[in-house]
Amino acid sequence: MSTVNSHLDAHGEDTRNFHGHDDGHGEAHGSFKGYVTGFLLSVVLTAIPFWLVMEEVLPSKQLTIAIVLAFALVQVLVHMVYFLHMNTQSEGGWNMLALIFTLILVVITFAGSLWVMYHMNENMMPLSVHEAKNLP
Amino acid sequence: MSTHAMSANAADANDFIVREDHHPENGTMLGFWLYLMSDCLIFAVLFATYGVVGSNYAAGPSPADLFDLDIVAVNTAMLLLSSITYGFAMLEMARKRTNMTLVWLAITGVFGLCFIGIELYEFHHLIHIGAGPQRSAFLSAFFTLVGTHGLHVSFGLIWLVTLMTQVRKHGLTTENRRRLNCLSLFWHFLDVIWIGVFTFVYLMGVLR
Repeated sequence: MSTVNSHLDAHGEDTRNFHGHDDGHGEAHGSFKGYVTGFLLSVVLTAIPFWLVMEEVLPSKQLTIAIVLAFALVQVLVHMVYFLHMNTQSEGGWNMLALIFTLILVVITFAGSLWVMYHMNENMMPLSVHEAKNLP
Repeated sequence: MSTHAMSANAADANDFIVREDHHPENGTMLGFWLYLMSDCLIFAVLFATYGVVGSNYAAGPSPADLFDLDIVAVNTAMLLLSSITYGFAMLEMARKRTNMTLVWLAITGVFGLCFIGIELYEFHHLIHIGAGPQRSAFLSAFFTLVGTHGLHVSFGLIWLVTLMTQVRKHGLTTENRRRLNCLSLFWHFLDVIWIGVFTFVYLMGVLR
């Protein structure tokens, strides 16, 4: 009796699994609302930086750069969530794990290169005439 | 599946074996995601290169002299529009409406073509006025970074046309839906990269 039951259980679960698979297991498709929300957010997040730079709204360049970068970061997140349908559950979390690993590598590569090369440029500047005269 | 049936057969004590943990039977989406992540590293290296040599003009033109932000804004709009129309194609695919899926895919393709066309026009203009990739380190890095992105979009377009032919011939089969899902990830991923390009190269270049 119990054997039959577990058979049925197994069978029932199998079909459910199969159905879930057919219905889009792993292929997270968004909703119309999700896509439109993502699109509208992206338009706003793109338009504001372009407006800031093209019209030279802010007096400080440093501040403009910081704001433009911040908008880009937010827009990347918007795209990830609304267009790429990233969440912690997709593919059993492996998608997120791969993404985090890649982001760490990207930050190391990018920030590391800029940091090292900036300081190298600073230290390898050609000597001025004054410095050259007073060499030890 | 057979393992599961056997374990269920053996005893109820073995219930702890993969009851809730539905293992992804088809690893294509995960594999494609891993490919995209490695592609992301390629772009990270190109961005880093541009960041390092981006101000080495070799007494040539600077970004502020060269870049026309109006064109870049139009280009960005094209890519963004193509992203949402691809999203609409995916929604039609989920509703199993083949013809509407094809229509949205075609619109996506047209926007993609506009993007490539505008970019080629910009490149042609730059080379024409003597600001080609051999002019300075800045321009070499610029053409490599933006050109690699453009190459990705071009291959995405070829892929898109291939899939449209497949869908028209065989309908929205499981295989075709999987392929369309992969291209969806690819297409939206390229839009994410473009956010980095227009922010880091164009907007910050003009500000510098």
